[in-house]
Amino acid sequence: MSLFNFWKKEEDLFDKNITIEETRFVVLDTETTGFDYDNDRILCIGALILQNGKIAINESFEVYLEQDHYDKSTAQIHGILKAFVIQRPSELEALQQFLDFLGDSIIIAHHTTFDITMINRALERNNLPQLANHSLDTAILYKRTLIKSHLFERKDHYSLDDLADKFDISKKDRHTALGDAYITAIAFLKIVKKLKEKKEINLNQLFKLF
Amino acid sequence: MKNTISQRVADFLKNYPPFSFLHQMDLEKLSEQISIIYKEKDSIIFAENDKTHDSFYVVHKGAVALKKSTKNTVLDMCDEGDIFGLRPLLAQENYIMEAVAHEESILYAIPIAVFKPYALENRNVGNFLIESYASNTRNPYSDIHKDKLYGHDDILHENLHSSNHSFDLAPIKYSKKIVTCGPSTTVKDIAKIMNKKKVGAILIVDEMLPIGILTDKDLRNKIVTGDFPITTTAETIMTKPVITYPKKMTVTEAQMAMMKSNISHLCLTKDGTVNTKAVGILSKHDVMVALGNNPAVLIKALKRTKKIKEIKPIRNRIMQLLQGYLDQNIPMTLITKIITELNEACTNRVIEICLEKMSSPPPVKFAWLALGSQGRGEQMLHTDQDNAIVYENVNEVFRDETRIYFLKFAGLVNKGLFDIGYDYCPAEMMASNPKWCMSLDDWKNQVHHWITNPGKNEVLLSFIFFDYSMTYGDSDIVNQLSDSIFEDVKANPIFYMHLVSGALQSPSPTGFFRQFLVEQDGANKDNFDIKRRALMPLTDAARVLILSHSVKSISNTAERFEKLAELEPTNKELYLSCSYSFKALLKFRTKQGLLHHDSGQFIALESLSKMEKIKLKRTFKTIKELQELISVRFNISNLV
Repeated sequence: MSLFNFWKKEEDLFDKNITIEETRFVVLDTETTGFDYDNDRILCIGALILQNGKIAINESFEVYLEQDHYDKSTAQIHGILKAFVIQRPSELEALQQFLDFLGDSIIIAHHTTFDITMINRALERNNLPQLANHSLDTAILYKRTLIKSHLFERKDHYSLDDLADKFDISKKDRHTALGDAYITAIAFLKIVKKLKEKKEINLNQLFKLF
Repeated sequence: MKNTISQRVADFLKNYPPFSFLHQMDLEKLSEQISIIYKEKDSIIFAENDKTHDSFYVVHKGAVALKKSTKNTVLDMCDEGDIFGLRPLLAQENYIMEAVAHEESILYAIPIAVFKPYALENRNVGNFLIESYASNTRNPYSDIHKDKLYGHDDILHENLHSSNHSFDLAPIKYSKKIVTCGPSTTVKDIAKIMNKKKVGAILIVDEMLPIGILTDKDLRNKIVTGDFPITTTAETIMTKPVITYPKKMTVTEAQMAMMKSNISHLCLTKDGTVNTKAVGILSKHDVMVALGNNPAVLIKALKRTKKIKEIKPIRNRIMQLLQGYLDQNIPMTLITKIITELNEACTNRVIEICLEKMSSPPPVKFAWLALGSQGRGEQMLHTDQDNAIVYENVNEVFRDETRIYFLKFAGLVNKGLFDIGYDYCPAEMMASNPKWCMSLDDWKNQVHHWITNPGKNEVLLSFIFFDYSMTYGDSDIVNQLSDSIFEDVKANPIFYMHLVSGALQSPSPTGFFRQFLVEQDGANKDNFDIKRRALMPLTDAARVLILSHSVKSISNTAERFEKLAELEPTNKELYLSCSYSFKALLKFRTKQGLLHHDSGQFIALESLSKMEKIKLKRTFKTIKELQELISVRFNISNLV
């Protein structure tokens, strides 16, 4: 950033007339074989559309990917077995389906960097362009809802479990991609409500909270 | 496409009619077409005269109020699993009432085009929908829609009590879990059963048919008197034949039946005669409960709850009672006492239920403390929870084990309180936080630290903590803690200074021109913060003054001022006016809170009448005088 830009007001990403409600968000989660961006692979992508506080179930997206790499140790978390009998497209097909679904929507996830990096690595392997979508992270947004007080110690990281507990969201389908996406979506709605209680907020400000 | 969320939805729906009548396969297919909708509190789902939506709704979480906007009366409250917005399914007209999210809610929207085939195919589903439609609208004329779905059908012409407006004629709720025993059971065993099930009457059945009844009174009059031995069998002393009635009874009918036969329990059977299976028992208590809200009935109802879920509706009725008291202008002192008592009983019941849930009884004695407004006995509405646990000192060896036990227990209680309507404390001042769940010695050290190192945070923490009162548990531990605090405070007079300066720091209620100072931003923009600007200054000052007189065990602000008036006759007038002001402000807050279904902290000034504004401003004058008094008395200028 040049010195000149320093004085300039940060530019708005979106038209200021667009409300948070009417924006089309895609809330997503991935289940992977592990946390290594180079070696681990995506096993499942779950995503849903959130618009006007509404999630239409028949418009949600859930795809299990055919992968050669498999790590037994993470199977106990996501419960996806290697020989899981369900129609599974190849990584390339799955990614193309996902890109069609995503369009230019804003991505919401919990620890977004991880999911987006995993997806970008997969895109790279399949010679597809990287994601250019704007994104929001509920892990970070949640921290902004917490009161600033000396009496109260904030944690560095808030897991999706923490959020589900705080917001009373059932953790029934925890660690399935679409189940986690659903929890993330409801948590996002409740976070926005909390932020609004403190201060009226629009789409642009949501991005400036980071 | 079947997916994780549609299964989640199906799993929820299968527990509630009419979806419970559907086949699993159909339900799963239906769930794939559903939309999930999030509604903030007070947002409108549909308004009166709106064109009908292409879906009807099921409440998944939260509550939805159905209202007639012209009268602003709530016709019905839909809870988890309830359906509403059925009009487009049965009639091609606009909505005749409005649906508003009473709490933050999650709804499932069921597309009518997808659902209708099931309703036509499955008679149970159709009948259920028609009945709930009729009761939702509370409109006797909705009967005319009955035939719309099927054409004529005899089942549908059964009398629908639910369409009645008058309360006395409403159908009565009876207990469906009947406690029964055979005719040869001994009285001793019967007493044990009745004790275990906590009932006052037991039905004697022979091959499912009721042949007699035994009540507490029978045991007292026939056994305890020595007329019969404790080994007597039921058939010898039971009252027979049983007086039976059909299950569709109104409150009035039930009352009359009991008076007529001078009995306290009615047996309800399938067709109303002794020749069919018993389906329920109706006690005088049930009638009392149906008749309305009074504290004794509510306490009794609370004692009978077995699940935390059952407490929530009782809390709602406590709120109705509160509204009634305010409308009748009953003195605020009395109202606060009763409501606090009831709220405390709710908390106690939650604690008891959670104790039963633990795999073992508590390892040592403990006390559950209510902090903040609840501790002061001033909590009337649904507010945040502030609480703590103190438990007996334990040997080093058992320290971790004990701590883990109480933390787990506190976690259950905090969740339980959340479920009945107390939000989590944003600063996590809750017993499930390890900092607020400690042994007696740890607490003593903690408070000692606050008192001897009075920084800004320490004073704030002690502000919240010093207003504790015991809700549940062992009072000995609490007394020991109180004694230790008073000794500490006495030995460290400098601590007063900090308390006083803290008490004077609350923001001023009015500006230079005596105008109200309002919030500048956020959801409460332009509203007046009655808690921080008016109630807290009084509470804080009362605490300092009462501590300086070493009076313990009075934590209620109004009562503290009354005590102070007694202790300092020269300032009697000021203190009494403080007590009066506090009660007036609390009443303001409570009324506002009930009106908006929130904590009442923020008041929309334009909604107040001129008279009310003057009243409010008058209390500010008292606050100012009081603050002057304490700043002079404790010579605060030396410190700041």
